[in-house]
Amino acid sequence: MNILADPAAFARDAVLYNHESKSLLRFIACGSVDHGKSSLLGRLLFDADLVLDDQIEALRKDTGQLTGAVEDLDFSLLFDGLAAEREQKITIDLAYRFFATEKRKFIVADAPGHEQYTRNMATGASTADLALILVNAQSGLTQQTRRHALIAATLGVHHLVVAVNKMDLVAYSRATFEAIETEFRKFSDRLGGVSITFIPVSARGGDNVVKRSPHMAWYRGPTLLEKLETVDVTPRAANQAFRMAVQWVSRPTPDFRGYCGLIAGGEVRPGMEVIVQPSGQRTRIASIVTADGELARAGTGQSVTLTLADDVDVSRGDLIADVARPAEVSDRIDARIFWMGQGTLAPGSRFHIKLGTASAAANISGPMHLIDLGQDAAVTPVDRLMSNEFGLCRLELDRPLAADRYGANRETGSFILIDAETHDTVAMGLVENASAPALTPDKRDSVVRSVATRIARLFGKNETHGRSIAKAISWRATGSLDTFVISWIITGNTAIAGSIAVTEIVTKILFYYFHERIWALASWGRR
Amino acid sequence: MNDATITKASGTHSYLDQLEAESIHIMRETVAECDKTVMLYSIGKDSSVLLHLAMKAFYPGKPPFPLLHVDTTWKFREMIDFRDRRARELGVDLLVHVNQDGVARGIGPVSHGSELHTDVMKTQGLRQALDLHGFDAAIGGARRDEDKSRAKERIFSFRNAHHRWDPKRQRPEPWRLFNTHKRKGESIRVFPLSNWTEFDVWLYIHRENIPVVPLYFAKPRPVVKRGETLVMVDDDRLPLEPGEVPQLRNVRFRTLGCYPLTGAIESTAISTENILRETLDSRYSERRDRVIDQDGSASMERKKQEGYF
Repeated sequence: MNILADPAAFARDAVLYNHESKSLLRFIACGSVDHGKSSLLGRLLFDADLVLDDQIEALRKDTGQLTGAVEDLDFSLLFDGLAAEREQKITIDLAYRFFATEKRKFIVADAPGHEQYTRNMATGASTADLALILVNAQSGLTQQTRRHALIAATLGVHHLVVAVNKMDLVAYSRATFEAIETEFRKFSDRLGGVSITFIPVSARGGDNVVKRSPHMAWYRGPTLLEKLETVDVTPRAANQAFRMAVQWVSRPTPDFRGYCGLIAGGEVRPGMEVIVQPSGQRTRIASIVTADGELARAGTGQSVTLTLADDVDVSRGDLIADVARPAEVSDRIDARIFWMGQGTLAPGSRFHIKLGTASAAANISGPMHLIDLGQDAAVTPVDRLMSNEFGLCRLELDRPLAADRYGANRETGSFILIDAETHDTVAMGLVENASAPALTPDKRDSVVRSVATRIARLFGKNETHGRSIAKAISWRATGSLDTFVISWIITGNTAIAGSIAVTEIVTKILFYYFHERIWALASWGRR
Repeated sequence: MNDATITKASGTHSYLDQLEAESIHIMRETVAECDKTVMLYSIGKDSSVLLHLAMKAFYPGKPPFPLLHVDTTWKFREMIDFRDRRARELGVDLLVHVNQDGVARGIGPVSHGSELHTDVMKTQGLRQALDLHGFDAAIGGARRDEDKSRAKERIFSFRNAHHRWDPKRQRPEPWRLFNTHKRKGESIRVFPLSNWTEFDVWLYIHRENIPVVPLYFAKPRPVVKRGETLVMVDDDRLPLEPGEVPQLRNVRFRTLGCYPLTGAIESTAISTENILRETLDSRYSERRDRVIDQDGSASMERKKQEGYF
């Protein structure tokens, strides 16, 4: 019989072996201020034995707690990275954390709770498979909790874990926990088909974080770590139609021409028939080239170089797609927009759009709707979006692009809008529909259209007609009084002065109204 | 192409495959969208991985950018040998920049302290080299797990004309959509290894058989103990204190930099497998062995704002 001298060493080697085949879970942690998110994450790492000794030393220095039990340290400080955050004791910016257990590697997007930092939360959720939402057992669900859950669901996060924290402060009450669960479930039909798990925890005591709580025998579900380690992370894109956006055309030698990209959906094999979008040219895959040799097939998430059977015109920004299930191609995209810019977003605004690897100019056109996260995502018509608001609108592009519905493919169905002046990323976009028939790229037609939009806007939003008329009347009253006084001084005749002023009232009200509406068309000189 | 052998049939993808694919995507995005890209090559393990990924990303071509090493003149001799050998073997362009002004002033880590030395020879040197060649994008091997302020830095991280980083003006990076539009005078630092940890780097080196500087493996080396730090006596520029005699100890390095600023650890790890096991068992993060990171909790954040990579 073979006796192992050091079972621990044997276990470690097995660990090493397993490390290579581990899966990856990206999750986002979000919660209202003071619901204890940083503390919970700190406790998770500490109990999973992943906080190193020098980090604890640094923590002791930072907190001045040079003695005392390690468990009593303020773990939230492990996470607040920027000097301003440590000073204000709040999380401002999105931070990424990494840890690995024997089963999985985790990438955690640690998102701040304040509403003005919602963009950080939305960014973190855009790549997450799971959202961990913190609820304070004492204060229950807040507006912010609902908001976070809605954003996560909107961005396609399929698993929600609601951690009801600070259970120690409500005497580990089952009733409190269940009341929160019931309330959350009442609104969760708003979230679509996401799976939701509720876990009662105490970050301070480590209850149900990594270790099962001795105080809550009534809870039979998984601990937080168990849930994170077992949730299904099979890429949903695996069963999708093949998609690869061309990033870079590789031409190292005159006889090699390869198209580099990361596979955004489905699977590709040599010989497979594909369509190049938006041009619509068809060809076959000749080979899948990688530095590790040619592949017999490649799937979602792999970075590859494809060579094509025919000499078709392909450049950066094109999409290579399954010919049987191509993407939609249009220069009009209906989308959900998350507006992160400083000012407001209104129809008529122009941006650069980056969709996959393609870029174009985009014009926001109406009608616009607000998805009110404060009212459980109720949709209402609006004429502009404020910062940190979700809305629906249409984009008109200066050329057709290939895209999918966001629900069908997160990669080919998402885009960002870039401000042409500041170059900032001002909006995240989720494609709802890109199947509107493309406008004929005929010059005359677009001129007609542009005139039509301008005329439509002449009687459009921003200033109501009533307001324009009221302004015209008030201005005229002032002006005509002035005309009367001047005419009277010059002619010395009140009757003539009076009739000039009265006639003028009528004509100039009309002129003013049209003058005002025409100015409304020009954006020149506006701030 | 039809007679090419198929060497690897892809099955399920491990997290390392995912990290690799994402890093390659980032590099390709950089060269496709920027005018003049350079890869910062610091000769350490992260740079080795970065270079390996660049070779893969542009295969069968060569990486369409040169490597840049900002030489502080205080690197371990083995690092310089390794650097020149690798560039030759892979047939890639290597630019070496030394801050001549610093050399003329005789700046060194021993005479002037770690802070000034790092600022002049590394930070200023890097800024000079980037300005000299007009690079608008510099790919570097920094990882978010290295430091708390790094954890908040974007993958495409912007610097103003003075190479300063403004942590409060960072652009969101949703999905895989990177905004590379620059304002006047701005340049970009790109970090393809952002989501890798020290362990991931070693596991990948192990899996891909990537050559690294031999200093990472344990060997008897002459060291002196200063406080808690073991400093290797790599040449005769390190002044010995009275009564200090270099001792041969079996040591290796977890990070590499200027030799008087880099602490060795006692170890018996002579293979990547040994190192992986040691990393798993270690109770300390790698930065502990770097003298320059201990100037204060926010020291990395401050240095980065001043233009440190």
